[in-house]
Amino acid sequence: MVKINGADTDMAGKTVSEYLALTGCNPKLVAVERNEEIIPKAQYDTTVFEDGDTVEVVSFVGGG
Amino acid sequence: MDNDKLIIGGHEFHSRFILGSGKYSMRLIEAAVRDAGAEIITLAVRRANTKQQESILDYIPEGVTLLPNTSGARTAEEAVRIARLARELGCGDFVKIEIMRDSKYLLPDNQETVRATEILAKEGFVVMPYMYPDLNVARDLVNAGAAAVMPLASPIGSNKGLASKEFIQILIDEIDLPIIVDAGIGRPSQACEAMEMGAAAIMANTALATAGDLSMMASAFRQAIEAGRKAYLAGLGRVLTRGASASDPLTGFLHD
Repeated sequence: MVKINGADTDMAGKTVSEYLALTGCNPKLVAVERNEEIIPKAQYDTTVFEDGDTVEVVSFVGGG
Repeated sequence: MDNDKLIIGGHEFHSRFILGSGKYSMRLIEAAVRDAGAEIITLAVRRANTKQQESILDYIPEGVTLLPNTSGARTAEEAVRIARLARELGCGDFVKIEIMRDSKYLLPDNQETVRATEILAKEGFVVMPYMYPDLNVARDLVNAGAAAVMPLASPIGSNKGLASKEFIQILIDEIDLPIIVDAGIGRPSQACEAMEMGAAAIMANTALATAGDLSMMASAFRQAIEAGRKAYLAGLGRVLTRGASASDPLTGFLHD
């Protein structure tokens, strides 16, 4: 299992790009952190989620 | 007045009104920025909603500096994580540190804020810490590499105005960095008063988001902030401790 934004998913083996495409997320609008390390955008195609990973996918929202 | 610039971390701004973007439709942002005359807008970082294709960035006019905050952080480490993610989102190097452990009053944790400031300043961020106005902590923030200090006027979102006025004045008088009054400013008159005191800028969000007409209130704040700044630069007239002082000549009366 890969925990993404707090939810268990079966995305182990998928690249970041594949995950974003599957969920309809625009890669330009997000930042991705795996096990508290940021994944640079240039590595989205080559970085593969592994079983046990904890991933955060974030974007900007309105705020003060 | 044309040469009166606000300098934060080596970046120059003419506007002294930092606009929040929370609690209102992103479709109103463009008009709010225009009517506020704002050159800096704050944003928050949150888990992405995969269904949403729209980005708030599409609604922010070009040339406006993005100031992501670290809201949601409860420790320095969490704030550092959020700041790094914000930078990865491609917004530049500005960050407003916001660290709260108290969810009832939303008061900033000054000690954690100093720690996060030190870490992020070393990483090259332009660090703007939101803090509870305390002179000793403000000095620690200066030493930690802050680019500005952002004391609260009253609790976040309260619109209660300058509850901490005396302590903000001490920061203005003693700290050699822009003092930007953040949180609690509810009315243009309060923004104006803070500027008359010598604050470098005002940050407001809820005052606009909860106003009847957001855009018109943005314009009212802009005018108030400009008026307050002008009054500060002009130098306020003195206040008498007692008695009165006529503005008219005290000679030449008709009954003389």
